[in-house]
Amino acid sequence: MAEQIIFYVLAIVIVVFSILSVSSKRILRSATYLLFVLLATAGLYLLMGYQFLFGVQISVYAGGIMVLYIFSILLTSHAGDKAKSVSWKRLLLAGIAAIAGLAVCGHIIFHNVYKVVEAVAAEPTMQEIGKAMMGTEKNQYLLPFEAISVLLLACIIGGIMIARKR
Amino acid sequence: MSNIPLAGYLIVSAIMFFAGVYGFLSRRNMLTILMSLELMLNAADINFVAFNKFLYPGQMDGAFFAMFAIGVSAAETAIAIAIIINIYRNIKNIYVDEVNKMKY
Repeated sequence: MAEQIIFYVLAIVIVVFSILSVSSKRILRSATYLLFVLLATAGLYLLMGYQFLFGVQISVYAGGIMVLYIFSILLTSHAGDKAKSVSWKRLLLAGIAAIAGLAVCGHIIFHNVYKVVEAVAAEPTMQEIGKAMMGTEKNQYLLPFEAISVLLLACIIGGIMIARKR
Repeated sequence: MSNIPLAGYLIVSAIMFFAGVYGFLSRRNMLTILMSLELMLNAADINFVAFNKFLYPGQMDGAFFAMFAIGVSAAETAIAIAIIINIYRNIKNIYVDEVNKMKY
């Protein structure tokens, strides 16, 4: 019962703030709403029993990426700036695209997914996660882990190249 | 153990994804477009984790996919923001319909 209440609270937070985040006129506010959405997503991970993912989501998204966003918003916009108004035709088109996609997905979810599943309790321990990340056998992920580290290195070099003074 | 059906998680992430689609198509500011992209990536991560929990409870593939997706999106955001700030330094503007210097 408590689990369901927590889920409903998180779901309402996610739905309301993600819609506010894409419709707010002030950019700093929409960044703040995005932060709430990311934190509620971390809550969903915790509810599903993935504590490590919860930590990753909080520290990388809410801690790292949002700080980058807020810095760059403060660098590129002035106080009291509002979003430029968009032509109603474009708004209508975007709304139709979103609603149509949501209708298709909702139809599929409600008609096909219910038949499939019943949840089983299995929460991976930190030890298992560490072993899966550092092994080379079946269901172990050393290669993508290293690929991510190379990607981050390339990202650092690219960031320096883009941002340096000429 | 869990009283919440898989469809609950899926519908939440679908709403989040299409909010992102709406923002991606209707916003003009590059930073807000990037934020909408972030919403879409996040919704995909929720789906990965939910499918892993409900369909393959003994394994961790979905959780690892979500983890690597978070890493990739962090890198992508950092580079994108570097590019946006560079554009702002050059033409004092980050609206997508006014960034057309290289177009003609």
